[in-house]
Amino acid sequence: MHFTRREFLKGGVSAFTLGFAAPVFLSDLARAQGASRRNLVVLYLSGGNDALSTLVPYTDPFYYTRRPSLAIPAASVLQVGADSSGKALGLHPRLTGVRQIFNEGKLAIIQRTGYKNSSRSHFQGTDIWSTANPVNTSGSGWLGRYLDSVPADPLSGWCTVREVPHSLIGDRVSVPAIPSISEYAFKSPNTGTEATFSRTAMEGLASHLPVDKPHLSFVNGTARAAIATLDRVASVGTYAGTTAYAGDGLSQALKAVAGAMVRGIGTKVFWVQVGGFDTHSSQGTNPANGTYANLMGTLNTSLTAFYTDLKNQGLLQDTLILQFSEFGRRITENGSQGTDHGAAAIMMALGGGVQGGLYGTAASLNPTAGNPSLENNGGDVAYETDFRSVYARVIDNWLGANSTTLLGGDFRKASLSFL
Amino acid sequence: MAQLAPEVEHLYRRAGFGLSAADRQQLDDGQGYRNLVDGLLVFDPSATDVDGLIGTPGHVGITTSGPFSPNVNIAHARQRWLFRMVHSPAPLQEKMALVWHQHFATAYSKINGTYGGADGTRLMAGKASEDPVGQQGQIETLRGLGLGRFEDLLIAMARDPAMLIWLDGRTNVKAVPQENFGRELMELFTFGVDHYVETDVYAAARAFTGWNLRIVGTTGLGTAAYSFTYNASQHDVASKDFSFPLYSRGTSNAYRIPARSGAAGVQDGLDLIHALAFHPETARRLAGRFWTWFVSETEAPHDRFVQSIAKVYLDNGTSIRAVMRAVLTSPEFQDARQYYQRYAWPAEFVVRSLKEVGYLGFSVNDALTPMLNMGQQLLEPPDVNGWELGPPWFSTGGMLARMNFASQLATNQRGALRDAARPFNSAPEQLIEFAIGKLSLPPLDTDVSNTLLTYIRAGGAWTGSDTQLLAKSPGVIHLLAGSGEYQFV
Repeated sequence: MHFTRREFLKGGVSAFTLGFAAPVFLSDLARAQGASRRNLVVLYLSGGNDALSTLVPYTDPFYYTRRPSLAIPAASVLQVGADSSGKALGLHPRLTGVRQIFNEGKLAIIQRTGYKNSSRSHFQGTDIWSTANPVNTSGSGWLGRYLDSVPADPLSGWCTVREVPHSLIGDRVSVPAIPSISEYAFKSPNTGTEATFSRTAMEGLASHLPVDKPHLSFVNGTARAAIATLDRVASVGTYAGTTAYAGDGLSQALKAVAGAMVRGIGTKVFWVQVGGFDTHSSQGTNPANGTYANLMGTLNTSLTAFYTDLKNQGLLQDTLILQFSEFGRRITENGSQGTDHGAAAIMMALGGGVQGGLYGTAASLNPTAGNPSLENNGGDVAYETDFRSVYARVIDNWLGANSTTLLGGDFRKASLSFL
Repeated sequence: MAQLAPEVEHLYRRAGFGLSAADRQQLDDGQGYRNLVDGLLVFDPSATDVDGLIGTPGHVGITTSGPFSPNVNIAHARQRWLFRMVHSPAPLQEKMALVWHQHFATAYSKINGTYGGADGTRLMAGKASEDPVGQQGQIETLRGLGLGRFEDLLIAMARDPAMLIWLDGRTNVKAVPQENFGRELMELFTFGVDHYVETDVYAAARAFTGWNLRIVGTTGLGTAAYSFTYNASQHDVASKDFSFPLYSRGTSNAYRIPARSGAAGVQDGLDLIHALAFHPETARRLAGRFWTWFVSETEAPHDRFVQSIAKVYLDNGTSIRAVMRAVLTSPEFQDARQYYQRYAWPAEFVVRSLKEVGYLGFSVNDALTPMLNMGQQLLEPPDVNGWELGPPWFSTGGMLARMNFASQLATNQRGALRDAARPFNSAPEQLIEFAIGKLSLPPLDTDVSNTLLTYIRAGGAWTGSDTQLLAKSPGVIHLLAGSGEYQFV
């Protein structure tokens, strides 16, 4: 029997091999010869993004009647034209830089992404998006499966938040969490050669991988991977950037990602995340300044800085940012000037290789019976594009892997021609 | 001080945070295992209060700029809790507060974002004596009711001001019911996601309409008073139907909360909580959680354990004290094969390190950033689902943070470690004996001991001089407390 890291993470220990705990370290030469410098930056808006406030259907009268206090006035939106159904749409007024990227043709917005019987649970929803499996969410993550398929290296994935998300959990790969590069260093009670002795000894302890103690071996394997990645991660800490990044967590995470790219660390998949999207209350009635507006403000400044930096570094062509959230939110606002858990939402793809534009069609927000673009008695936006079709396009046309294998089915959709 | 019997060390690692040298001296371990369990379960909270010792000599330190204000400043509140974990003579009280904090995971940041940091700190962790209307913070409620009846705990959480903000109960009104609390009550706090349907969420939200927050004074200044209020005029008085029974079979419609007047409507929420607290799936789910929190994370819950703990829970009117007595005296808990089969939470690792390595001259303030890096900032769980327990703690960054905390603490305790190690200076093997006498570890494999010996010998022949002890005794403690072996409890 094969015992994997994922099984540790999801329980069910039965047997054990050391494959995951003793990673094969890719030599610098092999990295230098790496076929592709392409990388994927996954951006997770945690909490369930209110997509109707990100991409506003400002000509839909029901948008205004169902959101009397939260609707963004038509005059404020940043118009981005109409989708294939002829519906005019506009970005949130704080997304000025993002709109500029859209105008440059490097941002694709895929509307009404989701899946059948959308879960309204944060945790189940996140697990479904992570595993790409709405039925059984106990398996590995879709990005973990991809990383399992590329040459093993402890930095093939890079998670910029403290908790490695389910999406990045593979059978063999162990993605490091590096929320702070300066903290990602080895400390010792002594200095000089004594400190070197300590690091050597700790590496020795971490190399102790007894077959009869799989859980200890798992922890030691993690310690060993940590020590093995210290020096490469440290090289990123000195990256200054060609443009100013703001001080918020998302901006700083994207700065680290840019640094890792510029230093040629060899990472294939980066994970960045920003929370605060679970806007049940006080979402903000002022489109320019309120809870949701500030979320958009952060998204705008961080993405714009990252985009500009990569452009200056000549790395834009090698980079794809893919944004998702675990669900959209209810169409009708609640009594707390907020919105409850809903269903379909938007995904965004941004980068040098993207064919920008609006993909898919916006929902009609008319709650009349039989409106096919809504579900839950007209309460929520129904999905039109299976999120796995977006994943499939990214896997096949960007990462150069096989989506049918990684997703366990054929979700390819020709009309999703953003890559 | 030598370590106590293995079953006693195990009991205190699990039901507390391990034993310090002073604890081991004071504990009468000749009284028998069951009496030790009783001592953990039954205590007089007024006699075990250690808050008055904060800042006094002989204890772990705190750091503040200005007065110590755990009812105003969140970093101070975190320090107070860590201090209690290190020094409380009723360690199970703090352990229960911690596991219920995981279960009812509420994050300070949202309270802070809503009403400001001072009010947020008080609503999370203030004592009743620190509040203008005697409202205690959520953690104080979890400490007070942590071994009481689970049904009472659920009611207290439904009325807890921090929870009313965290899951938006404060805005749950009849015109537009707020689903957040009703959903998580069922999905996370009681029987779990497989036992209700979406319409139950809507019905639960309606049952709790009017369970709101009363605020007196101006918010954001640290002076406002917050308390639960039942707002009868905002209660949805119509009947509510559920997919699971709320009442016993003799009732005309066991699945329906009857229509009630606004004045009587507070009973809706109480009826729902009662039904959920006594639901057999809640009993089983909690039994599984107790297994994870106290018995083992390397084996799935044993059926016998789940059945017997669920029965104790239901037979004793949801008494957590009865459940904990059954857990700690269960054959599964006492099975030596379950020793060191839980992955230490960062709070467990940090407090046990302090108790075993030493804490004089160390400030718990200096543990706060390391704990953040290990993935557990107290009073700030990542979401309402709490922290991901077990292996997910061990990302590379999280493991580095543990190794580095071991280094930081060993560095801080350098002089004391050298002094304590002097009687063990005759040979490198003796220095290892010294270290494993301090740290409660499983037996070390030979190649671990050999790695430690190589480390002690590196840099010159062993003489046992004070200079060598000053470098190598913290060095060995760092390596062992930062080892994989020490991450298990």
